Amino acid sequence: MSIEEGTFVQKYDLLGCIQCGRCTGGCPVTVRTPLNVRRFVYDTVDDDVLEELSEKPEIWDCTTCNTCAIRCPKGLEPFEVLLGLRAMRAEEGNIEPTAITALESMFNNGNPWGKPAAKRMDWAEGLDGVRILEEGEKADVLLHICCTAAYDPKIQPFVGKLITILNAAGVDFGLIGEEEKHCGSEARRLGEEGLFEYFDEENTELFGRYDVQRLVTLSPHCFNSFKNEYTNLSIPVLHYTQLIAELIEDGKLELSKEVATKVVFHDPCYLGKKNLVFDEPRYILSKIPGVETTEFFRSKERSLCCEGGGGKMWVESESKAPRLAETRVADAHDLGAQTIAVACPFCWLTIEDAIKAKGYEEEMQVKDILELLGEAL
Amino acid sequence: MEENLNYKPKIGVYVCHCGINIGSVVDVPAVVEFASKLPGVAVSREYTYMCSDPGQNLIKEDIKNENLNRVIVASCSPRMHEPTFRKTLKEAGLNPYFLEMANIREQVSWVHPDRDEATAKASKLIEAAVAKALLLEALEEKEVDVIPSCLVIGAGIAGIQASLDIADAGFKVYLVEKTPSVGGHMAQLDKTFPTLDCSACILTPKMVDVANHPNIELMTYSQLEEISGYVGNFKAKIRKKARYVDFHKCTGCGVCAENCRLAGRVPNEFDELIGMRGAIYLPFPQAVPAKYTIDPKRCLQLSKGKCGKEGPACVAVCGPGAVNFEQEDEMVEIEIGTVIVASGYDVFPMEKKPEYGWKENENVLTGLEFERLVSASGPTGGKPILGRDKKGEGGYEPKKVAFIHCVGSRDKSVGNEYCSRVCCMYLAKQAHLIRDKLPDAEINVFYMDVRAFGKGFEEFYDRVRREGVRYVRGNPSEIYKKSGEEGDHTMVIKVEDTLTSTPLEYEADLVVLGVGLEPRKDIREIIDLFKLSQSTDGFFLEAHPKLRPVDTASDGVFLAGCCQGPKDIPDTVAQAKGAASSALILMAYGKVKVEAQVSVVSPDECRGCGFCVEVCPFGAIELVDENRMGNIVKVAFVNEALCKGCGSCAAACLSGAIQPRSFKDEQILPQIAVLGVRP
Repeated sequence: MSIEEGTFVQKYDLLGCIQCGRCTGGCPVTVRTPLNVRRFVYDTVDDDVLEELSEKPEIWDCTTCNTCAIRCPKGLEPFEVLLGLRAMRAEEGNIEPTAITALESMFNNGNPWGKPAAKRMDWAEGLDGVRILEEGEKADVLLHICCTAAYDPKIQPFVGKLITILNAAGVDFGLIGEEEKHCGSEARRLGEEGLFEYFDEENTELFGRYDVQRLVTLSPHCFNSFKNEYTNLSIPVLHYTQLIAELIEDGKLELSKEVATKVVFHDPCYLGKKNLVFDEPRYILSKIPGVETTEFFRSKERSLCCEGGGGKMWVESESKAPRLAETRVADAHDLGAQTIAVACPFCWLTIEDAIKAKGYEEEMQVKDILELLGEAL
Repeated sequence: MEENLNYKPKIGVYVCHCGINIGSVVDVPAVVEFASKLPGVAVSREYTYMCSDPGQNLIKEDIKNENLNRVIVASCSPRMHEPTFRKTLKEAGLNPYFLEMANIREQVSWVHPDRDEATAKASKLIEAAVAKALLLEALEEKEVDVIPSCLVIGAGIAGIQASLDIADAGFKVYLVEKTPSVGGHMAQLDKTFPTLDCSACILTPKMVDVANHPNIELMTYSQLEEISGYVGNFKAKIRKKARYVDFHKCTGCGVCAENCRLAGRVPNEFDELIGMRGAIYLPFPQAVPAKYTIDPKRCLQLSKGKCGKEGPACVAVCGPGAVNFEQEDEMVEIEIGTVIVASGYDVFPMEKKPEYGWKENENVLTGLEFERLVSASGPTGGKPILGRDKKGEGGYEPKKVAFIHCVGSRDKSVGNEYCSRVCCMYLAKQAHLIRDKLPDAEINVFYMDVRAFGKGFEEFYDRVRREGVRYVRGNPSEIYKKSGEEGDHTMVIKVEDTLTSTPLEYEADLVVLGVGLEPRKDIREIIDLFKLSQSTDGFFLEAHPKLRPVDTASDGVFLAGCCQGPKDIPDTVAQAKGAASSALILMAYGKVKVEAQVSVVSPDECRGCGFCVEVCPFGAIELVDENRMGNIVKVAFVNEALCKGCGSCAAACLSGAIQPRSFKDEQILPQIAVLGVRP
């Protein structure tokens, strides 16, 4: 058979699949939804059934956690097939209304949360040491805040912590300000490939205005897009945990206050399984005085997804089974952890919900590593 | 050109169809016609298969009848048939180096689909060959004596079999083994598929034979450190590591090991670390030689300088007084004519697949660990008991056993694309063994394909299934402990049954991982010693995948067993016998031809810079002193027995002083000029 350009077969290397089943076997959402990603890899070889397959509701259950991709013995990325099917739906505008609203807001406001661009810097009110860069201005680090961190009142405080930490360590950094835009990651996960390409171009042009050495992101999702998916971005990209680990190692950041708590670190999928950043967050935690650490059995490469990624913030699953974040919280409870540490705004929100759902508010808390650092400073 | 020659050229051009390989693309008659008009060409012919007997006879007849003095064969790569046609020339009384080949198969018909372009390129290559052929020189093939002895590296089943064959043929063998005993991985196995022969029963007699054979000098706990020389005439330096036990005094009684203060406290490598030994030890009861060894890293006397208040117990109890802490490594130098590398493999390191929970769970075992568990000489005496305490008490018999295929094989995510060829069958055998020992156990095998390709394999796979072993099609994604509760040994296997599209969380209390085979971690040491190449899978590369499977690019060095690629015992033995036979051919004939197309130095032009010495991949060049009217200067000197004529030196030489015969500048520049590139 000849392989035509533009077909799923060609785009996703479907004929490389040997149907071993490791993707579905490892898929965390199979416990609560009928999604079988291997079947989609098998079935999408036939162009004639693509339309029909794209109408299956379970294609929206994938959290794009990347487990199927790291398990695949043949180097395929099975979940990308589901994004391809989502793109077919999105092209017809035939997707969840909540997702449409988010996508429209991304285009109109530069963020998925329906908030005006003019309010993007509200988190910075009353904060010292916030420098908005002028065009052509020089700085070592360009700090990208992320839409969720900029607008969600629960996450906003971490941004302040990050600013304090960077200033305390003497980092020469600046921000974009109200012009900062969504990275496009969630647009792509919701099937809006075209909108992602728009952000790719817009942001590449935006970052190019400044004379900066490194781009540092607060969210692992932005980190992944800038680092792996942007076509022409040449500036090195770091997640904030990588920068802070470096600052601690170089002796530029002193952590003096005791933070007495037993912490278990939950690896964000886009930091860990997608980009293999496992050591830096753990290194930071090990350097916070008083912190006692423990590990989930399913950690690092086998970390369980919280279901916050993959556009899942805007598309509710039909399943009534317990969320994975609840399993995660229960596991942390079994370990006797008082704090579930995260390094991602989505993880923070889903885990906070799960703690409430399980009724563990008295016993444990979710904290971003930035919050723990803020307490130790 | 022709007018400058000191002879009247009479060239024969022979264009091969190679069946339809060349003939279906290249217009052979047109090429023959073109060649017939080239200067100096006396005969131009075509034939379906030039390499066949009638094809070669055509050339021989023409040499005799037409008095040809140069021959051009336009056919396949010279790597394929240059030796064939050189022989043809020689048989017809012509110097074999008056042959030039034009490769119109690999370089033309197989890569250019267009008939006109292919025909034009084939014609051009022949024209270029004619330009060079006019300038070829007669070369003399030299022979050197072959020292009638062989160095065999590694005493697993491959090295043992090769050694025995060579020794039985009456030649001397030096068998060098890194560990204290011969036997290799085969000695660790319980039974062998598909016949269920007891591995030890069929191997042990051979182990004893290599130790007792008058023609075999066995050097265990020894390592090759240096090798120099060339085919037929190698010199090797071998380090015999100190055992700290006098080899001749030790009777192998074992009283020392029983009394060692660390008895039962040091993980035994032979038992894949699931069994224990002391600091002084015999790796396993049938070890050959039956001589004890002290592990210097663990022995208290050797590592700490002190062992108990009364001093080392081993010294006190040894009747013959064999323990000797003062013993030192010994260096041995030997001369050999041939070498067989049989250095074996490592099993896939489970650290690369943390998702299977091997490291954290003692009831998740590799296939090799399982072999030790069910072996009569293993830590549980062959009983499948897990979770015993340090005293070897307690533990449980598994009730649900899972076997996992393709662990670390066929898997790009761990860098191993190849199939390890043995896992399907050893897992089937292990499933049978468990069925035999635990008739009530539930046994599931998780597979993605079952490759039962060998003699009796499919029949064995049929038998094992019918014994009550269920095969579930799906390769597990994750394996983890069900709960943290004491006494709960349940492991959860996350897997999809791909035939029913059902994701399962299957539970088992013993998981056996069908780990694949990898190149040895220390493979680099041998590569560096012998200048061997690796194939993309990391194993040693043979000289030709079909026709020279035991040869290497280094003449006189042969491969046997899993160091060349994963294989089972019958294939390993067959290859070992092949390697032994190849080594014997050299030693029995007693002489070997050395390459005639070697580099030559023109000492007057050499500036002694040494670039050629640096770039030579075979270590064939050295700088020597030369007396130039009282001044001592350095000039390059080529050891013709080591040189392979690769030409690296000529490319590096700044003054053009070093040139490979048959590829001298004056020979290849006219050839290049024809092809349109001006020098």
